Amino acid sequence: MNTIFDAKGKREGKVLPALDVPQQGLEKLVPDSLRRSRKPRIPALSEPELVRHYTRLSKLNYGVDDGLYPLGSCTMKYNPKVNEDLARLPAFAGAHPLADERLVQGSLALLHEASRYLCNIAGLSDITLQPAAGAHGELTGMFLFDRYFKERGESKRKRILLPDSAHGTNPASATISGFSTTQIPSGEDGMVDLVALQETLDETVAGIMLTVPNTLGIFEERILEITQMVHAAGGLCYFDGANLNAFLGQARPGDMGADAFHFNLHKTLSTPHGGGGPGSGPVAVSQCLVDFLPVPRITKDENGYHFDWNFPHSIGCMHSFYGNFGVILKAYAYILLLGDDGLHAVSDNAVLNANYLQEQLKKTYRLPYDRLCKHEFVLSGEKLGQGITTLDIAKRLIDYGFHPPTVYFPLIVHEALMIEPTECEGKETLDRFISVMEKIALEAKENPELLHAAPQHAPVQRLDQTRAARHPILTYPFDEPGT
Amino acid sequence: MRYIANTEADRQAMLDAIGVSSLEELFNDIPKQVRNRYQPVGLPERSELETVREVQKLAPLNAAWQQYTSFLGGGVYDHYIPSVVSYVTSRSEFSTAYTPYQPEMSQGTLTAMFEFQTLLCELTGMDVANSSMYDGATALAEAVFMAERIVRTDKVAVCRSLFPHYRRVLDTYCQAAGIKVVEVPYNHIGRYDTDSLPKGISALVLQNPNTFGIIEEMNGLKEQLGAALLIVAVNPISLGLISAPGEAGADIVVGEGQPLGLSPSFGGPFLGLFACRKQYLRNMPGRIIGRTVDAQGEMAYTMTSQTREQHIRRGRATSNICTNSTLCALAAVVYLAGLGGDGLQELALLNLEKAHYLAKRISSLPGYSLAFSGPFFNEFVIRVPGDPQSICRQLTQEKILLNNPSSLSELGVEQALNFAVTEQRTKEELDSLVDVLRDVT
Repeated sequence: MNTIFDAKGKREGKVLPALDVPQQGLEKLVPDSLRRSRKPRIPALSEPELVRHYTRLSKLNYGVDDGLYPLGSCTMKYNPKVNEDLARLPAFAGAHPLADERLVQGSLALLHEASRYLCNIAGLSDITLQPAAGAHGELTGMFLFDRYFKERGESKRKRILLPDSAHGTNPASATISGFSTTQIPSGEDGMVDLVALQETLDETVAGIMLTVPNTLGIFEERILEITQMVHAAGGLCYFDGANLNAFLGQARPGDMGADAFHFNLHKTLSTPHGGGGPGSGPVAVSQCLVDFLPVPRITKDENGYHFDWNFPHSIGCMHSFYGNFGVILKAYAYILLLGDDGLHAVSDNAVLNANYLQEQLKKTYRLPYDRLCKHEFVLSGEKLGQGITTLDIAKRLIDYGFHPPTVYFPLIVHEALMIEPTECEGKETLDRFISVMEKIALEAKENPELLHAAPQHAPVQRLDQTRAARHPILTYPFDEPGT
Repeated sequence: MRYIANTEADRQAMLDAIGVSSLEELFNDIPKQVRNRYQPVGLPERSELETVREVQKLAPLNAAWQQYTSFLGGGVYDHYIPSVVSYVTSRSEFSTAYTPYQPEMSQGTLTAMFEFQTLLCELTGMDVANSSMYDGATALAEAVFMAERIVRTDKVAVCRSLFPHYRRVLDTYCQAAGIKVVEVPYNHIGRYDTDSLPKGISALVLQNPNTFGIIEEMNGLKEQLGAALLIVAVNPISLGLISAPGEAGADIVVGEGQPLGLSPSFGGPFLGLFACRKQYLRNMPGRIIGRTVDAQGEMAYTMTSQTREQHIRRGRATSNICTNSTLCALAAVVYLAGLGGDGLQELALLNLEKAHYLAKRISSLPGYSLAFSGPFFNEFVIRVPGDPQSICRQLTQEKILLNNPSSLSELGVEQALNFAVTEQRTKEELDSLVDVLRDVT
């Protein structure tokens, strides 16, 4: 059975309770014209078939629990199991978002406390927990910027500056919010070119979106100059928090001049990535943006915690309810588990691991920016010869049982391999990865076909992406003969 | 710290290899001024047991839900979740993976998301679906943005009978993007007013069943709209019974996937549903999974149509979304495959019958009546003889949970309460609600 739609046969037996009220009948309750004419083709699997199908599928997957997952920018760290149990506590999992606030004081207290901790970690004044992911946080930040300038009567400020190493979500978030974007080149040292920045700063600039450290894994050493320059020009500074793991517990975006900063709780604060989500992207802000934060905000007085809707300058709501509570709970528990020392140890070990890997791998692979890195670094897969590309290296890594790094990003490095080991990997694993990477470089010279043909030891071989794009099959072809 | 594998000896060996003398030295690139300002959060490291105790302290501040009977609805419903759902989603091969950038190592997630897209198209009658958005409200906002890309008018019409939380998010997005939102009123039977459709709009947003639980009549609506797109927000469980929006001419279908096996979890994580007609594929937001073959010609799955997306197209992408709700979508697939098509229909019927039994009983009480005469699914609005806030409070004391009536007043329905009924409510629970209502003052 490839998909559930290939299941043969039909489950028997009872899955739903019997109707225990007098039946009135569908015909009477819903007029014929409003009823479905065709039943949805959803196969009914017996529970053993269902469990076996998804157990089989799970074995075709690879997660952090399977091994090293050095996907740069994604912070694939270990997800403590206790947090899963805590999120399932019936008191929390069972709380309906529209229940009377007096009945959800525990959930509100948790959100309130989590907000406080996250504000401290960010070094900023206040926070919204509503954004459901990092990109959603960026969008929230851009809406806040938009509102800030509208309220100040500075509607000319419609330009967002972005380093050329920025995540793709940054320009997308800015454009959706009605801003135009101006790209700032990176200097030879991989950092923002201050001269280029100064040249473009004028009264049309709304602000800058920075990733700190940047996507090359390099900390912007002149971060204070950058934020001062933007502020002096009347602009605001947005920090993309995807790379917070680099200085967690040691430095704070607020102290660097950030006006808005999003967390990726699913990255830095260890909540599982779920195969692509759910995440959570709370946005912490400096004092100048507090009035515009989304509603409802959670406030506390002598009677307990409340939803407060009365913020007339607020941008409104960014989420159906209060954000991804189940994810926030896990991040909150993670902060409690680690404490200040643990938070500090995260960045210490993440940065140590990355520098160790960088130091060893630069002997074999080209390192375009050769200097100390933070929690990640970027190699180039070029010049291995024999027509070998970064994609080939990535696919060969799969044969050796490792998840490949992020590839072809950032765009400013040709054939980029962006490697982020996280704090959770030990030296033993890193050494194994290093020796595999060295072996692959050797194979590239001696037996390049091994790389071109990789992977050979995965559930499937290399996929035909062109065919997928040119002849899209996006749903099960029920009507195709032979399926 | 116990989630770190390195020992002190490892760290020393690594520092030596790097050629620095201390960890501190690795952070010299962060300006001193910044580091000196650092303030700790003020938290000790805790054992797992201490952490569990700390979090559990908050649990009793919430109501003990198992002692309550819930008639809460408004987009989030108290459906039974079979054990198999969390069993599958807890498998860490699924939960600890990320976006399937490397399809050869992600066939599990990819196959399941291909199944999800197929199921969503089957339910909605649409041609293509993405593999999830954040939640129902943000999926709707994305749908409106998409309609604006296709039909540029900077104006969208929204039926007033939309969930208030959907409307608030839509308003926020549209305000920032400079899209005007105009309202279509509802009529005495609780449906949108067919005579009040504005001109020059990029799309009409209609919810079905709507916020009053009323099933809308969509025949002829698409024709009336002309060039404007029809966006329909759905409750997926209702689609076991009521017309697929595709049959009624919808162009984009969105919805909240929470009823498909997700716990209420105080509002998230949820599952944004998004499907549309295939001519709009290039304009869709989000991750889309397609079937292809590998080098050996074996069937396999991969992310596709990625040139729409932010990591390729950057500022000209159809959306900024990256992380979505894949694990929640997996829960929905398992939930639906456990039910099957017949099971889903039976489930929808159970919800329908029980809701109508309750509505009939309540409206036979003196002073109580249905606020709208249109057909409804599993949620309905009742006019009440007293102050709805006071009735709500009295019900809470009897451990009965209801939506706050203020959301109805926001929509211009005064003196009324809203009840949602799922398969979990027993006849006994329904009858005792009626008894309590008879006695409230």
